Amino acid sequence: MKILVSVKRVVDYNVKVRVKADGTGVDVANAKMSMNPFDEIAVEEAVRLKEAGIATEVVAVSAGIANCQETLRTALAIGADRGILIETDVELQPLAVAKLLKAVCEKEQPQIIICGKQAIDDDANQTGQMLAALMDWPQAAFASKVIVANGKATVTREIDGGLETIEIALPAVITTDLRLNEPRYATLPNIMKAKKKPLETLTPEALGIDVSPRLKTLKVAEPAKRAAGIKVADVAELVAKLKNEGVIA
Amino acid sequence: MSEYRAPIREMQFVLKELAGLDEVAQLPGCEEAAADVVDAVLEEAAKFAEGVLSPLNVVGDREGAQFQDGQVTMPKGFKEAYKLFAESGWTALGSETEWGGQGLPKLVATPVSEMWKSANHAFALCPLLTGGAIDALVLSGSDKLKQTYLEKMVAGEWTGTMNLTEPGAGSDLAAVRTRAEPQADGSYKIFGQKIFITYGEHDMADNIIHLVLARTPTAPEGVKGISLFIVPKFMVDDAGRLGARNDAWCASIEHKLGIHASPTAVMAFGDKGGAIGYLVGEENRGLEYMFIMMNVARFGVGMEGVAVSERAYQRARDYAKERVQGTDIGVRGSVKVPIIVHPDVRRMLMSMKAKTEASRALAYVVAGAHDKAVHHPDAAVRKQHQAFVDLMIPVVKGWSTEIGIEVASTGIQVHGGMGYMEETGAAQYLRDARISTIYEGTTGIQANDLIGRKMARDGGATFKVVIGLMRALDADLARHDGLAAIRRRFAAGVDALTSAGEWIVATYAADVRAASASAVPFLTLFGIVAGGWQMARAALVAQARIDAGDSDPFYPAKIATARFFADHLLSQADGLASSVTDGAAGVMALAEEQF
Repeated sequence: MKILVSVKRVVDYNVKVRVKADGTGVDVANAKMSMNPFDEIAVEEAVRLKEAGIATEVVAVSAGIANCQETLRTALAIGADRGILIETDVELQPLAVAKLLKAVCEKEQPQIIICGKQAIDDDANQTGQMLAALMDWPQAAFASKVIVANGKATVTREIDGGLETIEIALPAVITTDLRLNEPRYATLPNIMKAKKKPLETLTPEALGIDVSPRLKTLKVAEPAKRAAGIKVADVAELVAKLKNEGVIA
Repeated sequence: MSEYRAPIREMQFVLKELAGLDEVAQLPGCEEAAADVVDAVLEEAAKFAEGVLSPLNVVGDREGAQFQDGQVTMPKGFKEAYKLFAESGWTALGSETEWGGQGLPKLVATPVSEMWKSANHAFALCPLLTGGAIDALVLSGSDKLKQTYLEKMVAGEWTGTMNLTEPGAGSDLAAVRTRAEPQADGSYKIFGQKIFITYGEHDMADNIIHLVLARTPTAPEGVKGISLFIVPKFMVDDAGRLGARNDAWCASIEHKLGIHASPTAVMAFGDKGGAIGYLVGEENRGLEYMFIMMNVARFGVGMEGVAVSERAYQRARDYAKERVQGTDIGVRGSVKVPIIVHPDVRRMLMSMKAKTEASRALAYVVAGAHDKAVHHPDAAVRKQHQAFVDLMIPVVKGWSTEIGIEVASTGIQVHGGMGYMEETGAAQYLRDARISTIYEGTTGIQANDLIGRKMARDGGATFKVVIGLMRALDADLARHDGLAAIRRRFAAGVDALTSAGEWIVATYAADVRAASASAVPFLTLFGIVAGGWQMARAALVAQARIDAGDSDPFYPAKIATARFFADHLLSQADGLASSVTDGAAGVMALAEEQF
């Protein structure tokens, strides 16, 4: 069984990002970039399925600028077998990525594609769901447990107020939640081997996909600074204040 | 709270722009060190250092290694961390592929080891010592010894130690008294006591391979009668299986100022009939072999200075940005500001940053030269780089570790009263850093090595070559008006170093006591000027990037830091040179009774 994993290059979670002065976006020039943490969980899950003898090949896919190769190498160091980069300088939005992944799915014919549930830069949480719709495949989003057997996946999903376990027929799309697994530290031999693993570069044009943005960003602003607090004498004053400020009715 | 973050950007800059990573990657046997692979190695090592080793640093300090009934129990989490460290292949990074290593050059191993040391000094000592033992075996061991021990040691399944010091033989190894009695089967029985044995006993690995200096019955007195032996904790059979417990026991561990998690053992060999040992190389050449690995170990300890500086700087910087105290001195009616606004706090942070960056750059440059000395196809080039490495190792060891103490101390000062409190975490760095100027040869011993073996012996020839390299930078610096201040200070520093160095070489022959009295000030001067040299080179690279239109704020910051180093550190060069040339008389002026 072949498993596809999508990985996105994002600003490292430790970086405190700043909004560009002109409000058009976030300044990522010279910022440290790494693999989206949810995608790391996706790669880890796929590699574990391979180690368990369920999957036979794990293919990592990324889309974006040439530097996304580094992100693919990270996936290869964790244990993916080969990488595919769909290289473009265009700003990629979830629908465009879903279309690109669809093209790759058609080419590679995986039984499962595992995506991070969302990327920590735009927090869109859309790509996996859009891909499932485009492919007309079953989907199991926000997975915290995945069992694959007999052409089916039993997936425990993190939903509001609890856990839901569903069974889906393969091929299918699974998106990862935080508690699915704890990604391993890549070993040095695997980091070294990653460079020698095959990495294929495609383009949206070659796949016949139009990736032009459909959404226009009007403005990006920093969250409002928290105002200074005040001290109140007692509960009565607190309630009165909250009513005055319109916080409670 | 301040979490350790590996300074990857800075490390990459030094590797590529100053230490010649690309050139090293061209050398035969170093092909794996391509820049993109090195980037990936640094990224993953950083994750390990930040995620696994750094969180154990405080635990290790508070709990310490515990001794009971001959056994040492490591602080909570160390055993698991070591297992993961070895399984992840980090112990094998620099070792030869023949024994399961990755064969990466020293230039790549150096920033990685810096991360281990920054994250957890006490932990990092275990692989450092094992690495030293591996080097000694690779260089001098018989095929049988190599077959038996190397693979497991490279894989980190077994760890190694260096047993040199005895109660009566510290810096003076000529006084070693441990005995080795030849046996009929070609092995030896070892009898004696060794002290200060780092990781001499612990519970992180299945076996511990002790390298022990001892004398055979027929050995001549002094340093020429010392042989090197391998003494395993558990005997190893021909199939590589562990057998009987050898007669090598930990008698106790020391209570120390710092590195509490690193067990410093008193080792008793042969109390129960004799510890079985195997000769490494030839009899009576032990010290020679030890010195080969000591150079490696000395460099490694020098990196501890760089590493602790980085860690102390990060914590002080994070605190200075958070801690609100006082108003902005230049602004009437200022609100309360974080202390990083205050000029003197800035001065302290800049001095920490500048010293850290300069000592790192110098160390990495020496690591790069080491790789050229080992791997370059041209013997003449190898020789030239080896001479440079030999000259600079005492500077890297002596200067960087003294810098480490200074920077860790300034880090406490930035924190004010909170820095003196153990809970803050800044104090541990100073306590841990304090050993680095002592073990593997004190600063005084490094300085004597520098002026004697490394300078006087060749009449200052290598020293002059290095001075020439330094002076060659002037023409490049002269092309940039913005670097004029750096150029002026650096040129003056090189002048001071030249005259002091000439005095050292001349005086060593005429009055060795006077030269020795000035050795440490000379080492400090050498460190500062060599550090300033690398900062000036860094400023030139940064200026070229800026001129080419690069807007990365890293580059102006690098130039500003080089400028600070020039004005605050290189400016001391004249004074230090005067101490060297004029100060010896004062050192020796009083009679012993007057103390």
